[in-house]
Amino acid sequence: MGMTIAQKIIARASGNDTATPGEILWVDVDLAMMHDSSGPRRIWPALEELGVGVWDPTKIVVVSDHYVPAADIQAATILQTTRRFVEAFGITRFHEAQGIAHTLMIQQGYARPGMLYVGADSHSCTGGVMGCLAVGVGSTDMLGIVTTGRTWLRVPHTIRVEVSGRLPVGVTAKDLILTIIGDNGMDGGLYQVLEFVGTAIEALTIQERSVLTNMCAEIGAKSGIVPADQVTVAHLAELGIEVGQGPFSDPDATYSQTWTYDAAAIEPVVARPGKHDDVVAISKLGDARVSRAYIGSCTGAKYEDLAMAAEVLRGRQVASGVLLHVAPASRAALQQAMADGTAQALMEAGAHLLSTGCGACPGIGTGILAAGEVSISTTNRNARGRMGSPESSVYLGSPYSVAAAAVAGRIIDPRELIGVPA
Amino acid sequence: MSTIDGKVWKFGDNIDTDVIVPGKYLVHDLPEIAKHVMEGIRPDFPQLVGPGDIVVGGTNFGTGSSREMAPRGIQAAGVIAVVARSFARIFYRNCINVGLAPVECGEADLIEEGQHISIDLAVGRVTLLDTGQELDAVALPDEIGAILGAGGMENYLAAKFSGATT
Repeated sequence: MGMTIAQKIIARASGNDTATPGEILWVDVDLAMMHDSSGPRRIWPALEELGVGVWDPTKIVVVSDHYVPAADIQAATILQTTRRFVEAFGITRFHEAQGIAHTLMIQQGYARPGMLYVGADSHSCTGGVMGCLAVGVGSTDMLGIVTTGRTWLRVPHTIRVEVSGRLPVGVTAKDLILTIIGDNGMDGGLYQVLEFVGTAIEALTIQERSVLTNMCAEIGAKSGIVPADQVTVAHLAELGIEVGQGPFSDPDATYSQTWTYDAAAIEPVVARPGKHDDVVAISKLGDARVSRAYIGSCTGAKYEDLAMAAEVLRGRQVASGVLLHVAPASRAALQQAMADGTAQALMEAGAHLLSTGCGACPGIGTGILAAGEVSISTTNRNARGRMGSPESSVYLGSPYSVAAAAVAGRIIDPRELIGVPA
Repeated sequence: MSTIDGKVWKFGDNIDTDVIVPGKYLVHDLPEIAKHVMEGIRPDFPQLVGPGDIVVGGTNFGTGSSREMAPRGIQAAGVIAVVARSFARIFYRNCINVGLAPVECGEADLIEEGQHISIDLAVGRVTLLDTGQELDAVALPDEIGAILGAGGMENYLAAKFSGATT
């Protein structure tokens, strides 16, 4: 019987010919990632207690993105521990304040087709955009991986997400994935892998595709995968990395479900505060005022996200009473935005530039919310208190929608401003 | 370790790790974090919960961030097991790794706040001690039971490495 991409990767990594959904297999990990919050500060003391080192420093990536720049002494100490750790164990793939881990795994070409990649963060699934099986775990799971190079996985069922047509102008991958999450609920993909296929997916850039795999965490999935095609191969070729297309699911592979979408029918949506599966078309939202707008995170502050926001903001001003914060997902994203005038357009519109990193998205960095404040954010989560006070509110939307709300002071369909002279 | 029992604290569906341990506390140590568990949904929970208690939830328990301080925080507050209709997969793995029993029970909705329950982890059964009613649960697979049985991943690895050197 045929296998899906996820089954094929687990079969290969476990040394078996097949991998059947439901069975638990021990696998060899090809690539491991940890960050300043989940990594060295949690793992190093246990390594010392066990009296062992790491299995292969060349297969480990360490990124300081959660506590950069340090806002207090505790954060500074976490960053210092992280630096000392990579030095002590000879880990050279280390990035401090260069960007968010999930963005860097793609930008640097670390995640590659066919790999079994495990990261100590729930949004590690983002890496599946490169045609690999990218799985998130916690700190102690990562301890097991860095000491042995192995972990256990339950072989997942795969849901085939088939998206035909093309997304309309002003409608983004963020609107598509929020729509999918809204339709199926935040536990709609529990324990499973979402495989994204179809003409609408093929037409998307790597950055836009990565929004789909990133938010597989928000549907409970083990991961999301976009099969490695010519777009994937070209992205890696630009970095000097030669790979072929695939692996692909077999034609007779078994899927647990197939979800079909017509991209042309997707419209700008937001998730209402508190539940990221409470998704509504902006056209049906009613009056929703905001005092804060946030462009940040691994989901929503890549170069293309900044460019979308600039498309709306160019020649316009952020509304009085609204604060617009921009925290680029990587330094490379910011540099690209500076080179072509995107960053200037954001700043001239009144945006405040924050450091590269996870920032206010997990309620750790600068730009967090007070009680009663209402934000619209390009981020991926809006559980109560996520971005600050438990009494604050967060709508999730696309970079276009966040920029349009910053201008209007309330959530509007961004297509009212796109392509319309300011 | 195979059978445990305790008093129930009941929560709903999709309990998020941002609610279990808000991100702002992650910079602190475990005893401090334990004083704030479930703060986002039930602020007085850290004062109410006691040693040997059991948390019961609905579907997708522990969804959201991979922060291991969520199960560690609950555990430090005294909780010995989490029963839910389904778990977010990273939270489930984190429970195993820190030695907190996660019990998948499709009938968890029948368990009420304040009840006393016992759990047979090896067989996969939850018993409501007040009424004697038995609910089916998922027995822990051997591969996972070995890690939980060792008291978590650190002990499991310690045994593995000491075994390798003798």
